[in-house]
Amino acid sequence: MSFINYSSREINCKIVYYGPGLCGKTTNLQYIYNKTNPEAKGKMISLATETERTLFFDFLPLSLGEIRGFRTRFHLYTVPGQVFYDASRKLILKGVDGVCFVGDSQVERMEANIESLDNLRTNLQEQGYDLDKLPYVVQYNKRDLPNAAPLSELEELLNPTKVQAFEAVAPKGVGVFDTLKAVAKLVLTELKKGG
Amino acid sequence: MGNQLVMYEEELQQINGICDGLHRDSNAKAVLVIDKNGQAIASAGEVDQLDVTSLSSLTAGNVAATGGIASLLKEKEFAGQFHEGEKTHVHISLVAQRVILLVLFDERSSLGLVRLRVRKAANELAAVLDALIKKMEAGSQPSVFAEITDADIDNLFND
Ligand SMILES: Nc1nc2c(ncn2[C@@H]2O[C@H](COP(=O)(O)OP(=O)(O)O)[C@@H](O)[C@H]2O)c(=O)[nH]1
Ligand SMILES: [Mg+2]
Repeated sequence: MSFINYSSREINCKIVYYGPGLCGKTTNLQYIYNKTNPEAKGKMISLATETERTLFFDFLPLSLGEIRGFRTRFHLYTVPGQVFYDASRKLILKGVDGVCFVGDSQVERMEANIESLDNLRTNLQEQGYDLDKLPYVVQYNKRDLPNAAPLSELEELLNPTKVQAFEAVAPKGVGVFDTLKAVAKLVLTELKKGG
Repeated sequence: MGNQLVMYEEELQQINGICDGLHRDSNAKAVLVIDKNGQAIASAGEVDQLDVTSLSSLTAGNVAATGGIASLLKEKEFAGQFHEGEKTHVHISLVAQRVILLVLFDERSSLGLVRLRVRKAANELAAVLDALIKKMEAGSQPSVFAEITDADIDNLFND
């Protein structure tokens, strides 16, 4: 749910990175955090287990510049990927303005990808959202690995509705900002339509 | 997307006034009003040393998780939360299902006093939110997005 503050002249939006465990969601946020000027970002918060698996969420507040005198601020969240954290994932989707689904390119993870994508659709529906109507992009991460599935196969399995999709190697930053910009732009465009 | 929160100068001033009043009347260190989704709306008191953005997001996460627990237990909602620290204590409550009132206090105040003052402030806050939502729904205010063009949005991402 966007929050438009006419008093402080700010537009605030929430973007959620969704995907199976270990697909690289946290790595996306870490890369964005590391490459952003200190003035444009707040602290990155990771509620993680001792083994650095996301327990509840990661959170990164980011400023993307001004439009007509309004500062645009994006709150980026990741969800915990493991199946048993479903209740937490539902909470994080509340009030979402845009979604990025991060798929793991490795052939072995294809079932986990499909399961997570189904789970995203279901959990959104429970909150009264329709994935096909939300600002939504897909990222195929881990393109650097030798066991990565061909792009055409990922497209067929994970992007039936043919939304914008990006190939990525998150630790190196490949595709990370392209993905973020694409979803942020869709969010603002949607707000413009609605407003 | 009819589900957005819009804040105007007039209501924000009222909310700031409620924050100031609660801060004063409860002898609190600081008071924050936070949107349920984790965005800070207003504050009063000693907030300079606080990371308000992080605090807001974590508090909203906490309230969401507690609400989740309540519904699992078939409780409608827990009225408020209290966390006791060595020096600083935290009182958290959800107002009108929409915003969160966070009060930080120390030995200069007490839980009883905070609870009492929060109740009054919550009622006032609920009234302002009601008015705000009516205003939003009436669509009587010009929207910033009416002026923003696709080119403006494109420009934001050209670097
Ligand atoms: N080779 C490779 N490893 C990656 C890539 N993205 C993430 N990883 C690694 O995968 C592991 C899990 O990443 P993480 O971001 O914690 O996954 P999350 O569960 O989705 O948050 C970490 O060890 C990352 O370094 C990638 O594009 N290529
Ligand atoms: Mg993670």
